[in-house]
Amino acid sequence: MAESGVGPLLSMSGITKRYGGVRALEDVSFEAHRGSIHALLGENGAGKSTLIKVLSGVVQPDTGTIELDGEQVQFANPQDANDLGISCIFQELSLLPDLTVADNIGITRPPRRFGMIDFKAQRRIAEEALALVGGENIDPMSTVKELSLSRRQMVEIAKAMARNPKILILDEATSALTAADVEKVFAMLHRLRKDGMAIIYISHRMHEIAELADMCTVYRNGHKVETFKAGTKSDNAIVEMMIGREYDSVFPPKSDSKQDVDPVLKVRDFSWQDQLNGINLDIRPGEIVGLGGLDGQGQKQLQLGLFGTLIGATGTVEINGQPVSITSPKRAKSDELGMALIPEDRKGEGLMLPMTVRENLSFAAIEKVSRAGIVDVGAEEDAISEIVELLKIKADGIDGPVAALSGGNQQKVVIGKWLMTKPRIILLNDPTRGIDVGTKQEIYQLLQKLAAEGAAILFYSTDYDELIGCCDRVLVMYDGTVVRTLSGDELNETNLVSAALNLPAGTDEADLAAQAREATQ
Amino acid sequence: MKSFDVIFRQFDRATLIAFACIVVLLLIGALAEPAFLSPQYLLQQLHTASFLGVVATGVMLVILLGHIDLSIPWTIGVGGMMATGAVGFLGPEWGVTLAVPFGILCGALIGVVNGLGVAYLRAPAMIFTLGMNAVAQGLMVYHTGGFAPQDRATPFMRELTVGHLIPGLPNPILVWIILGAAVMFMLNRTTLGRQIYAIGNQERAVFLSGVETRKVVLICFVISGACAAATGVLLAGWANRSYQAMGDPYLLPTIAAVILGGTNVLGGRGKYMGTVAGVILITILQSMLSVVQPQRYFAQLGFDLPADTFRQVVFGAVIIAMLLIYGRQKLTT
Amino acid sequence: MSAETQTAATERRRFGIRLSAAQRGILLAVLIFGVMFAVYGWKQTVGLTPNVINTAANKGALLALVAMAQTLPVLTGGLDLSVGAIFVLANCLASAIVVGDPISTTFGVIGVLIVGFMCGALNGAIIVYGRLQPLIVTLAMGAVYFGVALAIRPQPGGSVNFELADFMTRSTFAIPHSAILLLLVVLVIWLPYRRSVLGRSALAIGSSEQAAYMSGVPIERAKILAYSLSGLMASIGGLLLTALTYSGAAKMSIANDYTLNAIGAVVIGGTSLFGGVGSAVGSIFGAFVMRTVGDLLIVFDINPVLQPLFVGIVLLVAVSLGSLRVLRIKNKLDLYR
Repeated sequence: MAESGVGPLLSMSGITKRYGGVRALEDVSFEAHRGSIHALLGENGAGKSTLIKVLSGVVQPDTGTIELDGEQVQFANPQDANDLGISCIFQELSLLPDLTVADNIGITRPPRRFGMIDFKAQRRIAEEALALVGGENIDPMSTVKELSLSRRQMVEIAKAMARNPKILILDEATSALTAADVEKVFAMLHRLRKDGMAIIYISHRMHEIAELADMCTVYRNGHKVETFKAGTKSDNAIVEMMIGREYDSVFPPKSDSKQDVDPVLKVRDFSWQDQLNGINLDIRPGEIVGLGGLDGQGQKQLQLGLFGTLIGATGTVEINGQPVSITSPKRAKSDELGMALIPEDRKGEGLMLPMTVRENLSFAAIEKVSRAGIVDVGAEEDAISEIVELLKIKADGIDGPVAALSGGNQQKVVIGKWLMTKPRIILLNDPTRGIDVGTKQEIYQLLQKLAAEGAAILFYSTDYDELIGCCDRVLVMYDGTVVRTLSGDELNETNLVSAALNLPAGTDEADLAAQAREATQ
Repeated sequence: MKSFDVIFRQFDRATLIAFACIVVLLLIGALAEPAFLSPQYLLQQLHTASFLGVVATGVMLVILLGHIDLSIPWTIGVGGMMATGAVGFLGPEWGVTLAVPFGILCGALIGVVNGLGVAYLRAPAMIFTLGMNAVAQGLMVYHTGGFAPQDRATPFMRELTVGHLIPGLPNPILVWIILGAAVMFMLNRTTLGRQIYAIGNQERAVFLSGVETRKVVLICFVISGACAAATGVLLAGWANRSYQAMGDPYLLPTIAAVILGGTNVLGGRGKYMGTVAGVILITILQSMLSVVQPQRYFAQLGFDLPADTFRQVVFGAVIIAMLLIYGRQKLTT
Repeated sequence: MSAETQTAATERRRFGIRLSAAQRGILLAVLIFGVMFAVYGWKQTVGLTPNVINTAANKGALLALVAMAQTLPVLTGGLDLSVGAIFVLANCLASAIVVGDPISTTFGVIGVLIVGFMCGALNGAIIVYGRLQPLIVTLAMGAVYFGVALAIRPQPGGSVNFELADFMTRSTFAIPHSAILLLLVVLVIWLPYRRSVLGRSALAIGSSEQAAYMSGVPIERAKILAYSLSGLMASIGGLLLTALTYSGAAKMSIANDYTLNAIGAVVIGGTSLFGGVGSAVGSIFGAFVMRTVGDLLIVFDINPVLQPLFVGIVLLVAVSLGSLRVLRIKNKLDLYR
């Protein structure tokens, strides 16, 4: 493990990074030692990704210092970090699909001969890098396009290794790998550790961390919680460290859900590709049903599928007892089905940024205020005023571009746009991400009001407070299926987090407390 | 006050600048030729401008979507040649009565193919319409057997171009006014118009808002094809016959006019009045170049330059300049 | 070599000859050309005499050079609508300055090449620094270049150094010199470019500009060089045209025809219009296919003026084939951006 007497290879201290009003990192410190694998843990938004971005030169910290081998360094861009021996493998690949594996691995600093690329030497380097990673059966002359996703990830890792890094960072880099390839990568990581490399590893898969890591650090809310030797804390103890946030949000009282009414939306055995597997779902009028779980387990795809954008989805969907086939958002929006989707990316999917607030608001419901295709400007104005008042959207910006509004107000415009269609089923895709606390409160109140008026709401959120505070029930998804449904007393953070990590159910608060006591004795 | 407000909203900053440029240009020209400011000359300019105006109307819609239509040159040709040659397809009676609708319909058909390719096959508009232009050229060459077209324009076509339905107002200008008013109404007051602007801004969001974006794109290409064909019909009426490559001189001026009028080349922004201003500006520019004859000045210096040189260089330079001011792309990342 | 890489090498030998996508494209183009030319030769009344080959080679080489010029911008994911105009500009300029004694002729040739290179560089600079779309920029700049060509040759005319012209267009031992010129351009310009960092960067940009950026590829320099070399090759074509016609002519139809046919040649030669895949060598054969089609049309008594129809259909089919991936999309949202 860490050599005694030699300081850490990497030392970060006092790192702070704020995005607008949001604290991504607050006075964080971190150390990586030679010959050790250090795992970073924490929920979405806890700060680990931001820390990695700072370390790999993608973003610059507001304050703080970074030291490599005792010398202070600064990175203005990813290339700088690369040059100093820090290689980061992100989840989004940076491979060029039409070029060969060898070309990709050697893309930045290819070996040269007489000023031109030495393709033979490049191929040799690629072979060695691939062999290092355990991908020797990948033909360096094959085109990246031809490779499976798992193979491509191996090439991405080989690409990072070919630069002979001193510090290797893997940010969820194994998510796309087959089990066999994961084993190969782990073998490589163990070898590299023996050779003295410092490795930083982010993953949500607890068993991977158990297998690999020497040290672990848990982050929460932009702060470091604790650094400890791997294996000294139980899974549940770690979960405890990851949660335990102050309850700074007060939620409006939930409306009485009408248990005896037939569900307005009934989904059975909904599957699509390998991303959704046999989902069953019921939502009654007046219910707010939550979707939980880690990012990328199929929640977005489920919502998109219900809204009609997926091709080849199987299973049945019934609305008001009638089986329906939802083939497009236009169909979903129709009066007959009455659905609305507040999309994940408000700037790219919810709004036309250069257009005015007015134009954005009336866009989805424009047919309701038109006759024979011609807009009744008076009716449109009335409807807009109504929504603006209901949502308390800042009125002085209405004729200006929606791009000028704050994130919170922009989201209100997106919601307002859909409320104008008077939907009966409302799907929300992480609606409060990146929004100020005040607007969040308004949105929670709005949701309860809509539920009280009889709407059926499906609410995907990555914020556990929200899920607990707003929803009557929460379906936690993992790998495209619903692994647990939580409601009532069971609906708490501990269960949400452990279900999200797909830990066995049945651990309750008392168990956790007992285990925590045991660990400290 | 409200109606004043409506009129006011038709003009954005780019439009006003374009109109200002027209005035400036006229004044400069008047220094060389006082006749520039005479009503006859101005009316004549509007007459010439209306040919460009009709085709620019259609192209503006396509550019608003964020696409482009490079098939205009030969769609104009198709419009002209199909209208003059309608007798060959529809017989001596119907061929004369329906000559104009037939020509326009053929242009619309080209628009349908363009629309299907761009909206449904998701082919890049620049290449698909370029290919369609060549196909249209090939079809027209086939139709005329490779020779210059011999067909004459019908009397109605003649009347359409040289006549005056309203005394004092040449018909082409009337055609442009009617078409322009209809399109302006469509853009401002109908759901289709809203959708066109929205798609040019963020097609993804429009799709998720429950709009059939592909249909909208198809419709715009059809209109573009029809407008181009209509210009062909007018040109054929003016010359009393259709002729080879009648649409070729129109591609660059049309795009220049639309962009000069403030329509963003990436789509989503632009007022129709801006296109009107752009069309008039280009027409006056062209006319000035032929009257003022800068080549005379250069000839004095010993360079013998043809008039066309200036037209080309000026158009190209103007488009580039406008793009640099108005049409910058985002950087990657 | 470690044991692991040894196994890998053995495995690869078992794969046999592996062809890249570009090489496959070239092979196909060569095949098509071979078949067509065979038919053409068979249909010729006089057979495949050296004269016939020479004429065919000269005509084909003209388009081949413009097609090679078009290939480079297309590889970066763009399109150059001004190649035909630079071709015509070079032609007209050559008819004015590639005259006189060997010294002035040499300077003339150098001048033409430099002008072509600078036109391309100007295109590239405006596209890169103005952050504008290549299509509209080259459309507009094409007009400017054509205007300059008109200024040089308002009427067709001029002349050219006869020895040079003759040398460029004749054959030795039945091998056309224009074919050798093409070979030289490939060896001196294309191959070194393809093996250079900036050349490979062009392919990277066309493949995925985003990933190229993340990988630190020098995007700006690569694009400007691509357009500059494009202008250079177009001007070589213009030079050859002057050698063939002994004059310069500024005709819009020539510029447009060559631009359009060059795009067709690029497509037939296996270069993807989306960028990232392709080769200038393929475009050479694509150009010969395009030319032979025209000749075949004559030989089979079909009106050769139908050439544009053929080019148009080729383009539409090529673009539609590329769009077939649309059919495999499983999430409609992915269709938009």
